[in-house]
Amino acid sequence: MIGPERPFVVIGERINPTGRKVFQAQLQAGDLSQIEIDVAEQVAGGADMLDVNVGDPLADEIGLMAKAVPLVQGLTDLPLCIDSSVIEALESGLEAYDGKALVNSVTGEDERLEAILPIVARHGAAVIGLANDDEIPMDPERRVEVAKKIVSVAGDHGIPPEDVVIDPLAMPVGAEPRAVTLFLETLGLLREELGVNTTCGASNTSFGLPGRHTLGAAFLAVAQSHGLTSAIMDARRDETVEAVRATDFLLGRDEWGAEWIRRYRAKQAAATA
Amino acid sequence: MTHEEILQGLYDNTLVGNAPEVRDLVNRGLEDSLEPEKMLYDALIPSLEEVGARFERGDFFVPEMLIAARAMQGALDILRPLLAETGVEQVGTYVMGTVKGDVHDIGKNLVNIMLEGAGFQVWDLGVNVAPEVFVEKVQEHQPDIVGFSAFLTTTMPMFKANINALEKAGIRDDVIVMVGGAPVTQEYANAVGADGYAADASTAVRLAKDLIQRKRSAVPA
Repeated sequence: MIGPERPFVVIGERINPTGRKVFQAQLQAGDLSQIEIDVAEQVAGGADMLDVNVGDPLADEIGLMAKAVPLVQGLTDLPLCIDSSVIEALESGLEAYDGKALVNSVTGEDERLEAILPIVARHGAAVIGLANDDEIPMDPERRVEVAKKIVSVAGDHGIPPEDVVIDPLAMPVGAEPRAVTLFLETLGLLREELGVNTTCGASNTSFGLPGRHTLGAAFLAVAQSHGLTSAIMDARRDETVEAVRATDFLLGRDEWGAEWIRRYRAKQAAATA
Repeated sequence: MTHEEILQGLYDNTLVGNAPEVRDLVNRGLEDSLEPEKMLYDALIPSLEEVGARFERGDFFVPEMLIAARAMQGALDILRPLLAETGVEQVGTYVMGTVKGDVHDIGKNLVNIMLEGAGFQVWDLGVNVAPEVFVEKVQEHQPDIVGFSAFLTTTMPMFKANINALEKAGIRDDVIVMVGGAPVTQEYANAVGADGYAADASTAVRLAKDLIQRKRSAVPA
């Protein structure tokens, strides 16, 4: 469903305990009720896919993942992105999943590739490949090299290139002035040399800054025009989701603005209801 | 320029992160025989403390904190050898790193700067630091404190792995362990058996001094 000629894929980032103390405590107690609210808000916001991360070091992540995945699938038909750095949690999520999942994520480190790719292949899933190994390269060429390695090793495991989504690494522009230009250059090279689909954690860009949603919207529009085909992002915010849909229209991926107009009507109807 | 004006200039220009001006003022102060300690304790440290306070209140943002820290770093590069010469007392020593599997370093770098500013000697091991590297560096530098930073809920368990590695090497009790990072809580720090946790850089510095004090006074004379 992700592709250069298709509309941008909005992957909702909200089901994630990072920075959410209440949700962390709930997960530790085995309480998944917050997920129902998170799903409803992101579906209403216009997400195309939902990321599911239930990682908390004081909780049973493997067991929680096995419960969270069917719970979310019972609430929505949207495809899911199974997100964990714990290999067993990825596995338990994939086992519980009905359909073709996206796995978040693998890096270019040999150990991670050899541990995660066989599981991805076994479940016929797709996988996000982060363009870093044991360090984050600060030049585009080296990030592309890591991406090429991931695509190639994935191929060895029988995972076709169209099932590898490369994350060129969106980093905080408030901490590194070159972060976004480097990201855009990497995107350009990935499109030319690999032709793979791409994604990123869009909210990273605005870390530690005021006006995060405006910055996020501008970042997404620019990234999309440089070839980004999906993002893990805040799908509950009108500013960011509308920036993406507007850019789809402007770049010719929403012919005659059908989706743009449909969203407008849906919002109008919701406002008058 | 009077000494007072130089000190005020150092304070003001560190606050806004004007690194070239801070460097010039430090050199000017040295030419005018303004003591390095005075520049550090009466201007640079108070300024960086103010930056930290504004950051904690949400009045300052990450880039402002980083350029202020860079300005301070530039001043320290000039002053450090001179301070060592005049035998200014070192507050403590610190080995710091982001845990294995984690490449986030903004928070860690801010803590490092605040520590250095407060008179600590800091060895920064960078990001994605394996337990065995922490052990090796603690053995090599024998610091008062070792600090583990993690930004992801999924890499926080490395705190425990690092502490286990220190125990296995028989050096756990020789060093104070502090942990920190956005998702870390006091509760979690207790659960893994760390000696200290702080929610932000300024608190981390105060706690570091406090923990060293306690440890030193606990050792029988």
